[in-house]
Amino acid sequence: MTQVTSNAILEIQDLKVQFAIKQKGGWPWTPPAQLKAVDGVSIKLYQGETLGVVGESGCGKSTFARAIIGLVKSSAGNILWMGQDLTRYNETELRAVRQDIQMIFQDPLASLNPRMTVGDIIAEPLQTFFPNLTKPEVKAKVKAMMDKVGLLPNVINRYPHEFSGGQCQRIGIARALILEPKLVICDEPVSALDVSIQAQVVNLLKSLQKEMGLSLIFIAHDLSVVKHISDRVLVMYLGNEVELATSDELFNHPKHPYTHALMSAVPLPDPDKERDKTIALLPGDLPSPINPPSGCVFRTRCPQAQPQCSDIKPKLTGDENHQVACLLV
Amino acid sequence: MKLLEVQDLEVKFATPEGDVVAVNKLNFSLDKGQTLGIVGESGSGKSQTAFALMGLLAKNGQISGSAKFAGQEILNLPEQQLNHIRAEQIAMIFQDPMTSLNPYMKVGVQLMEVLIKHKGMSKQEAFQHSVRMLDAVKMPEAKKRMSMYPHEFSGGMRQRVMIAMALLCQPKLLIADEPTTALDVTVQAQIMALLNELKADFDTSIIMITHDLGVVAGICDSVLVMYAGRTMEYGSVRDIFYQPTHPYTQGLLKAIPRLDTQGETLPTIPGNPPNLLRLPVGCPFQQRCGFVSEQCQQAAPELIEFAAGRQRACFHSFTNTSGSQS
Repeated sequence: MTQVTSNAILEIQDLKVQFAIKQKGGWPWTPPAQLKAVDGVSIKLYQGETLGVVGESGCGKSTFARAIIGLVKSSAGNILWMGQDLTRYNETELRAVRQDIQMIFQDPLASLNPRMTVGDIIAEPLQTFFPNLTKPEVKAKVKAMMDKVGLLPNVINRYPHEFSGGQCQRIGIARALILEPKLVICDEPVSALDVSIQAQVVNLLKSLQKEMGLSLIFIAHDLSVVKHISDRVLVMYLGNEVELATSDELFNHPKHPYTHALMSAVPLPDPDKERDKTIALLPGDLPSPINPPSGCVFRTRCPQAQPQCSDIKPKLTGDENHQVACLLV
Repeated sequence: MKLLEVQDLEVKFATPEGDVVAVNKLNFSLDKGQTLGIVGESGSGKSQTAFALMGLLAKNGQISGSAKFAGQEILNLPEQQLNHIRAEQIAMIFQDPMTSLNPYMKVGVQLMEVLIKHKGMSKQEAFQHSVRMLDAVKMPEAKKRMSMYPHEFSGGMRQRVMIAMALLCQPKLLIADEPTTALDVTVQAQIMALLNELKADFDTSIIMITHDLGVVAGICDSVLVMYAGRTMEYGSVRDIFYQPTHPYTQGLLKAIPRLDTQGETLPTIPGNPPNLLRLPVGCPFQQRCGFVSEQCQQAAPELIEFAAGRQRACFHSFTNTSGSQS
C-alpha cells in the first residue's frame, strides 16, 4: 500500500468536463445544452499507486481519463501534474508531458495502426521523443520492451491483424511503456479479452508496475478486476464522485448506497453464494446527464433518499482512507 | 421424453483457407423447465451451437448430426417448417439488443408482428397481448412504450423488449446468447432476476450461452464447458463449480478475479486459444494444459461419463487433476 504522506504526482481539483449538445427541436440560435460528463472530481494520485475508477457506462470515467491526458478539453478545474497545471498548457506543451503520461485503450486491435508492423508501432513514441536515437538503438529498446511484455522477438515484423486480442493488448502496453512514463492511464484494458487472457494481462500490468515504479489509473466497469489491481478505488455516478476509499475498505465496508448496489449486482462464480445473496436492485434507469437531478444525483434511484437529498449536493467527506459523498452516512 | 436431445452435432464452415470445424461432436439433452449453461471463450463454438439449432448459420456453414426437439428432428429443416418452430417452440435472445431490433419500426409493431404472423391474432388482440407481455417483463409505462422506437430505449430496456418478444408465443425453449454481456452490472442483475422469475412462471427451458461464470452460477442447473468446439466437461452446476475435474474448467475458475475472495496474483492459463484452422492433433487444450502427456498429442480424448450425470474429455485420471480444488 502506498504511503499517503508521500507527495502526490497528480492532483486533480474540481475537474469539470462539459459537452455542448444541440437541443432537440431547438432553433439555430437556441443556446446548446450542457452535458455534464464530469462534474467536479478531485483526487490525488501518489507515486507507484494504482487508482481504480469504476462506474457504469455513462458515468464519465472514460471522459475523466481523457481529460487528464488532454484528449478532451476540461471546462473548469485544475490538473496539477508534478505541480504544473496542465489545463493551461497548449498543444505543444501537452505533447511534451505525454512522454510521462501514457494511455492504454480498450479495443486492442482498433488502437493499433493496421499498416504498421509491431516493431514500428512500439518504436514510434521513441522516434517522436528521441529523434537522435540510431536505428539499432531503437531496435534494441523495442526488443527489450517486447521481451518485458511477453512478446517473442521474432514477431517484430508482423502486423496487428496476425495477433489475438490478448497479444494486441500486450503490443499496446509495450507502446505505452517504451518511454518509461510515470503514469499510465488504462481505459478498460481487459474488458474486451477472454477470461483466461484477462488474468494474464492483469498480472502483466501488476508486475510491470512493480518493476518500473509506475502509477496507474485503471478504469473498468468490472469491479472484481478493479478490486484485484487497485490500491484505492474511486466510484463514479453520472459524472460525480460517489465514494473514494482504499480497496480493502471499499470492498469490505462500502458506505454509499450506490456502491452497495453496484457490488451486490456483481455475480459471484459460486452457485450457493450467488443464489443466497440479496441483490440491492436499483429501480429505473440512469438519469440524463444533460438534465441531472438536483442535489444528490443518485437520489432518484436511491433506496434511502430523504427530502433533504434533493436540496443539498453532498461533497466527499471522511478521512484519507475512506471518503463518501452522501448526506445520510 | 426429453425436450431437446442433441446428438453428435457438428458445425463446419467452408472458408478459403480450409474447413473450420466450429462445433465438434456435441451431445447434450435438456428436460422441461431445466436451464443449461454453455460456457466457453470466444471461438469455442458456443454461439454457433445456438445458431445451428435455430437454423441461423451463415451460408457457408454445414450441419451434421441430430437435434430432436420434442421428438422432432429440427436440423436442416426447410425454411417453412423452421418458421413454425422458431418463435412458437424455440425463441432466441441475442447479445446486442440494439442491432437485433429494427430501428425503423416502432417497438409495438415489432412485437405485434410476431403474434399476427404466428398466432393469427387481430391487430387489437395483438396489441393487448403485447402490452401485457411488456408488463410481465416489468417495462414501466408499457402502453406508452409501444409507440416508441428502439433508439428511445436504454440498453436494459431494449433487452427487456427482446425478452418480451421471445416469450410472446410462450416457447418451450429459450436460447439466450450472451443476453447480459452488453449491459452494466446493475442492469444485468435486473435482467437475470427477471429471467429467473420468468423461468418459474412459464416453466420455460433455457439454454444460457455465456462466458460469465457468475451468470451461470446464478441461473443454471447444469453446465457444459466448451473449448475449441469440443465439450470439455459436463455436469450439474454444483459439480462444475465445486468439483471441477477438467484442467480447463479448473484453470478457468481460478483465473477469474472474484469479489468474495482475496488474492495477490491470479493463477492464469498460459498461452492463447488455438486457431481453429490449425488445431493440434489430439486434445485441443494440450498446449495450455499443465497435465499434458504424450497420449494427449496423439488422439483427442473421448467424452466419458465417469459418474452419474458427469462427463469429461480428458485422459488424466480424476484424482490427478482434482488435487487443487477451491
